[in-house]
Amino acid sequence: MVHQYAFFFDASACTGCKACQVACKDRNNLETGLLWRRVYEVAGGGWEKRGGVWVPSVVAYNISMACNHCEKPPCALSCPVNAIGKREDGLVFIETWRCIGCRYCEWACPYTAIRFDASTNTVSKCNFCFDAVDAGAPPACVAACPMRALDFGDLDALRKKYGDVNRIFPLPDPEEAGPGLVIKPHRDSAKAAAAEAEVANWEEL
Amino acid sequence: MSRRGFLRWSASVGTAAAGSGKLLAGLRKRRTPGGPAARLSPSAPGAAGAASRESLSVSAERMVRTGCPSHNCGGRCLLRVYVRDGVITRIEGDDRPGDIVADPQLRACIRGRAYRRRQYHPDRLTRPMKRTGKRGEGKFVPISWDEALDTIASEFRRIKAAHGNQAFYVPYGTGSYSQTNGRQTAERLMSLFGGSLGYYNSYSWACISAATPYVYGTAVTGNQRQDWLNSRYILMWSWNPAEMRDGTNTEFFLRKAREKGARLVCIDPRLTLSAAALADEWIPIRPGTDAAMMTAMAHVMITENLYDAEFVRTHCIGFDSGQMPTGAEGAESYREYVLGTRDGVAKTPAWAEAVTGVPGDTIARIAREYATTKPGVLYQGYGMQRRAYGEQVVRAGCVLAAITGNVGVPGGWASGIALQARDGGPFWLVFPTGANPVKAQIPSFLWTEAVLRGTEMGPDDGLRGAGRLDTNIKCIWAVACNALVNQHANINRTARILEDERLVEFLVVQDNFLTPTGRFADLLLPACTQFETWGVEDGWKYGDEVLLMPKIVDPPGEARSDYRIAADIADRLGLGEAYTQGRDERGWVEAALDRFRKTRFPGLPSLDEFERSNAGVYSVPVTKPEVAFADFRRDPEKHPLPTPSGKIEIFSKRLLDMNRPDEIPAVPKYIREWESPFGPEAAKYPLSVIGHHYLARVHSTLENVDWLNEAFPQRAFINPVDAEARKIRSGDPVRVFNDRGTTVLPCRVTPRIMPGVVAIPQGAWWTPDADGVDRRGSVNVLTSERWTPLAFGNAQHTIMVQVEKAEKD
Repeated sequence: MVHQYAFFFDASACTGCKACQVACKDRNNLETGLLWRRVYEVAGGGWEKRGGVWVPSVVAYNISMACNHCEKPPCALSCPVNAIGKREDGLVFIETWRCIGCRYCEWACPYTAIRFDASTNTVSKCNFCFDAVDAGAPPACVAACPMRALDFGDLDALRKKYGDVNRIFPLPDPEEAGPGLVIKPHRDSAKAAAAEAEVANWEEL
Repeated sequence: MSRRGFLRWSASVGTAAAGSGKLLAGLRKRRTPGGPAARLSPSAPGAAGAASRESLSVSAERMVRTGCPSHNCGGRCLLRVYVRDGVITRIEGDDRPGDIVADPQLRACIRGRAYRRRQYHPDRLTRPMKRTGKRGEGKFVPISWDEALDTIASEFRRIKAAHGNQAFYVPYGTGSYSQTNGRQTAERLMSLFGGSLGYYNSYSWACISAATPYVYGTAVTGNQRQDWLNSRYILMWSWNPAEMRDGTNTEFFLRKAREKGARLVCIDPRLTLSAAALADEWIPIRPGTDAAMMTAMAHVMITENLYDAEFVRTHCIGFDSGQMPTGAEGAESYREYVLGTRDGVAKTPAWAEAVTGVPGDTIARIAREYATTKPGVLYQGYGMQRRAYGEQVVRAGCVLAAITGNVGVPGGWASGIALQARDGGPFWLVFPTGANPVKAQIPSFLWTEAVLRGTEMGPDDGLRGAGRLDTNIKCIWAVACNALVNQHANINRTARILEDERLVEFLVVQDNFLTPTGRFADLLLPACTQFETWGVEDGWKYGDEVLLMPKIVDPPGEARSDYRIAADIADRLGLGEAYTQGRDERGWVEAALDRFRKTRFPGLPSLDEFERSNAGVYSVPVTKPEVAFADFRRDPEKHPLPTPSGKIEIFSKRLLDMNRPDEIPAVPKYIREWESPFGPEAAKYPLSVIGHHYLARVHSTLENVDWLNEAFPQRAFINPVDAEARKIRSGDPVRVFNDRGTTVLPCRVTPRIMPGVVAIPQGAWWTPDADGVDRRGSVNVLTSERWTPLAFGNAQHTIMVQVEKAEKD
């Protein structure tokens, strides 16, 4: 019995190829501009001239992220019309027909998982491919990853398998929302703050 | 909590959750059409689950497992394509159980996953068209197939009578490898029609395919990839499989090797996606100087006695003056070159630091690591050989592999082009093109020379099979080929050549879209995609599987397969029967399977069985990876290499005898490129440009796919040091230019590229404005048509430019 579905993401192995992002778009028919799963490129550091040559101290890694189907979803909490719910297995879903397009949830989500579509004046987000998952198949993103850097399952089981890290730079404090997320950090993530790294690809997000 | 504190954590969650059950119930039990996944392989022949035809009757949606459309992408992957009412509704990946290293799932990359947006792109060509304006203007009107085919037949006859068969040319182009789509269909007709000018070599591998055999006598120098799990050290030199793939699962195997404890180091001007995720360390290097770093590594190995002297003595020639080949006893040995015995320049790490921009101590450390952490792999990517003296870097890498004794051992790697199968690698194309009655062949990169001055071309221009050509190229039939304009060097020059109708008199282009090459067509013919006809493909380069590609949907409008178009032309020329032999596309797929079955895949099922199983792929598990040169390693006398000496030729007497030591030295050397930061040209054009492969495209294929452009927009990547000096900020449009052309595109300022280098992803479609300035970031307006000395290959990454901030439109 699953109490809280969650994603595992291996930042140490993610190349940033975005097969997950596009697999999601294809499965869910997402028009250009709508990204339920996104890949954040984190980059920072710089170059220093030593002797005659430039020497790098550059950090670079990726964070692939959809909706973390939080244990205490701030999006649901913020919705004035109760359009966002949580299933018994932890999956957070939006009942679009209730959505009034106020975008409070988008504002509330610490992971920028909620995406607003101006053409319909509603929000949407990753639904964990719940129909596939209910049928015993993995979410499209997990099945797509050429590096096998994504996994899914019950949060407790994922923690047993992969550890309990759920935050790497520059993700927000997970305490409040309790994201269904387990991460294997990239070697650079511990150095990223000191290198003043930042998300480098906002134009792609 | 503050900003959302006004909303209480309370009933809203519970209420909605209670309501969710009903909402979702109807979606819970959805049948998966197409049958369960199973493996089709020698160990489990024909065990591929329920047939698809039954499920057709109970569900309007059907699922077909198929090989991903076969472009020149570096992968061959499995797709599950869902179809409803004749339309592809979604695409999923390989779901075969048991994703193991010996026989992993063939997971498609972003390009294959986005394919629906290419398949149903509004710009698909659907009708034949003929040119109305001047050639190159891109003005066309639709015509009937009858008019198109009649025109082609009469022009072919006219040109044959006027100029002979050497005037016909089916150019290099890699848009389709599915057998029944692609240039091979045109080549077959040309063979029947009396022949056409042939070509050899490619734009991908010109130097590495030409130079590797000078060292090893063969291109089959690679161990099977699973053997990387036996390596302790992997140098990824100019190698970026995460972006160009280089074989489905290559990046996955590297991950596995690293998990087993191998140390991976990536040497590249860019901190590539591969460097970030696959390697333990990234070493930036100035483009075009890799051979200098390799030479300095040899210097460290020699002076610190870290090389495998015994292996060099027993298996190599030309390392030092004691083992020079007969007739070259007095020539400069490799050791003499490295130590500077004759030229007075010791190729030390300090010497290489000034050339490469890599700190000398780093070079020395990598030399020690590679020489002492055995077995090890020095994998040569292809980018660094598409350069001015690309032959040198290929041979220099092979020599490092040889003198460290990493040849012929599990976990080692001989370097070079590294085809793996004993028969020379995958087949790529098995569609029979027939014997070409015209024996003359030009290097593929020199086709513009053959248009301008074919009759003057001889061996000095790489002409093979004839002393001279009888005619210049007069007719070009470009099939699945945007290489003619967009991917060839110096687009502005190519455009001028093609615009002159006195040179190429008739130009037919067949494609899915109106490409930059298509703009120059006299006749533009609509080809179907690989989802719209039958095809088959085998594994890319490494080739351990065969993927079936059934026809899944109908083509739009009047589009036809390349095979059908060629067959229709053949009919007009009275060659219909000879061309088709009574087969349709499926019939040729059957013939292709037969070829596979008789060679590398003896257990391959019949086409009917293959189709019925809906398995999509037949794979051969690699449980005991082959190791190249294992026999030679064991007993070099009994199993000599196919080189003149039978040994690894660090020194090549064949190259010595060419008597061009400055450009084709007998031992691999670093040679300063003809455009470089060290030449006078750098005063005007101080920045190097590299045109790397991009995940948004396969070369120029998939260029117009919105989901890919969204994920990886076209832009120039530039280091903050160079950007600040030019007051350029991330997102600004920049003007990149040299004497050959100008392109304007947005830029990304990033520390992930070394100072002095700008990266413009290759393949963007040339989009000239009224002033001839490209507005899309097509790197080939900057590249040069000059070819490499030995391979006659493209040197399209050897470019110097200036960059400045452009005005926003």
